[in-house]
Amino acid sequence: MEFTLITLLNGMSYGLLLFMLSSGLTLIFSMMGVLNFAHASFYMLGAYFAYAISTKLGFWPALIIAPLVVGVIGAVVERYGLRSVHKYGHIPELLFTFGLSYVMVELVQLVWGRAAVPYPIPAELDGPLFTLFTTTFPMYRGFMMLIAILMLVSIFLVLTKTRIGLVIQAALTHPDMVEALGHNVPRVFMLVFGGGCALAGLAGVIGGNAFVTEPGMAATVGSIIFVVVVVGGMGSLVGALLASLLIGVLQTYAVALDYSIATLFTGLGAQITSQTFGYPVLKLTISQVAPIMPYLLLVLILIFRPRGLMGTREG
Amino acid sequence: MATQFKPLIIPLALAAAFALPGVAHAEVVKMAFIDPLSGPFAPVGQGILKSWQFIAEKANAEKWAGDNKFDIVGFDNKGSPQESLSQLKAAIDQGYRYIIQGNGSGVALALVDAINKHNERNPGKEVLFLNYAAVDPDLTNSKCSFWHFRFDANSDQKMEAMTSYMAKDQNIKKVYIIGQNYAFGHQVTRAAKEYLKLKRPDIQIVGDDLHPIGQVKDFSPYVAKIKASGADTVITGNWGADLALLIKAAKDADLKANFYTYYGSTTGVPTAMGAAGAERVKYAGYWNVNNEKFAGKDIVEAYKKKYNDDYYVLATYTGLLMMGKAIKDAKTTDPVKVAFALEGMKATSLNGDVEMRKTDHQLQQPLYIATWTKVNGKDVKYDQENTGYGWKTDVKLDTYVAAQPTSCQMKRPS
Repeated sequence: MEFTLITLLNGMSYGLLLFMLSSGLTLIFSMMGVLNFAHASFYMLGAYFAYAISTKLGFWPALIIAPLVVGVIGAVVERYGLRSVHKYGHIPELLFTFGLSYVMVELVQLVWGRAAVPYPIPAELDGPLFTLFTTTFPMYRGFMMLIAILMLVSIFLVLTKTRIGLVIQAALTHPDMVEALGHNVPRVFMLVFGGGCALAGLAGVIGGNAFVTEPGMAATVGSIIFVVVVVGGMGSLVGALLASLLIGVLQTYAVALDYSIATLFTGLGAQITSQTFGYPVLKLTISQVAPIMPYLLLVLILIFRPRGLMGTREG
Repeated sequence: MATQFKPLIIPLALAAAFALPGVAHAEVVKMAFIDPLSGPFAPVGQGILKSWQFIAEKANAEKWAGDNKFDIVGFDNKGSPQESLSQLKAAIDQGYRYIIQGNGSGVALALVDAINKHNERNPGKEVLFLNYAAVDPDLTNSKCSFWHFRFDANSDQKMEAMTSYMAKDQNIKKVYIIGQNYAFGHQVTRAAKEYLKLKRPDIQIVGDDLHPIGQVKDFSPYVAKIKASGADTVITGNWGADLALLIKAAKDADLKANFYTYYGSTTGVPTAMGAAGAERVKYAGYWNVNNEKFAGKDIVEAYKKKYNDDYYVLATYTGLLMMGKAIKDAKTTDPVKVAFALEGMKATSLNGDVEMRKTDHQLQQPLYIATWTKVNGKDVKYDQENTGYGWKTDVKLDTYVAAQPTSCQMKRPS
């Protein structure tokens, strides 16, 4: 019981962090049709900016400033980079973001070095939040979840209750009509791209010190958030939320399961020893293959439900 | 352009010819340090490179190798065996004859293999491999090589020491083993199970986990699993970020188990432990500055002054000490002759008397078990990473306690 609850909480806090990352990505994708390969790099930028700011001003100013700076950088990238390659179609856009992700990693390494930087959890948030049976749940994880939920609620409110949100929603599906009605659609694109990047930056600020701030951090989450977006359904925020939680919980629980194909066969009465054919594969436990579970899910979803859990259009 | 250079060729050749005999007396022993200088294990790699260079400076000033000078240069292998092989090739092309590596037995096994082939195909251009920390026992058993010398104790020796110590603690009932999923991690879990069964058959192994090396950023699911298993003791071979993050997650979840580690003193781990690891984290290693005589404290102090960092890789000291002696004995820096001089060599390092066993090139040395303890000025004088905590020596085990038989069938060049 203790284990189940704690693992659920761990999985959910990780899932919510993934959601913060993928919400921006899925918005950008559904609106501009661009799979932004550099999205995770903005996450990394957020963490590094927060580190740099927190050494001067402290964590709390960094929590506000770093995402804003990342958002502005994102908007500039859209305005002066993506918009100029937009007319050549989707492939050049894709290649552009792909190249950009490499440039950003190299820049970060030039400025902050190749090793991890010491970006600590603020002292106010370092400690247990509550004790469940005998396990303590760290306050910082609770804070992570709180920020993610606040973000979720505010995105929802902005998209459904404000004028700009309605324009964005309309531009998602009918950009030409929105433009004909006199709205500046390219500017909306820039706002969405900048906003999406700022969300990734925010995830970086709080993910960077919960885990590790290093140049490899973009690559670690980069592939996972694409899984989230595909599994959730391209462009669906609710789908992204569901998929993030699903993947977060799936990955944390998988670690706990020590079952392998060999245990299955032994359970059925078969004799499995180290001499059996294919033993190295048979003895692999679910916990050992936990890291590939999200990708397995990606493949299965693409086969059985290509539009994703909550997606509305095919492919 | 070509014609302009021609007149230069003859004088240059002459100069080189005359210079050679002079160089032979005082050569620069170029050593290539092939280890991770970027990626998750970069802090460890960079710290150890500094340790090697620091000891090399000391050795050069104190003429450990006579008039010959050690020069150690870093080559970044990003922690990957593949990358290491291209760095090895680059180093050989640049004229390096000595290779230093330690972080990762997977890398060490790949290097040994490549060096064996290179030396066989290029007589007269042999390179020697000084291994300061890759502790897979295979390297001095089934995969042993004349060109490989290990200055760290191998994982079986450390496990022997660790379990001998654990056997005396009757509070240990349930042990959980967690390690990185590669050569060394596999060896740790095998040895732990084997030796515990022998020494304390009553101890229950309640878990045995392998996780991807350098990939896991969030160890909380593993810690939840350890907690659920009811383990009172955790044995882990993790090092660098993998150990720091594991301990950090254990601290966050208030896991009350004792940790027996191989690498509790590696860069980043002390900071992650802080006060939470006090009296709970132990490590088995070949040295600890808070030893019975504080042997090596001048090095630790000088290193701290120079880099504001901690010196903990004694193999850098032992390695260059023995290399210097071998170069003096062989009266040459030629790797083949140096290798023969190193075989069976005895020396006194900071941890006591050591011997490079001739049969398998595994250094035989005393081992220490130490516990993370608050600095008290008596038996714990030196802290690590400015945490106010340091390693208290629990016991120093004589060399014979952890000595292991070897299955090595060494092939020596004729």
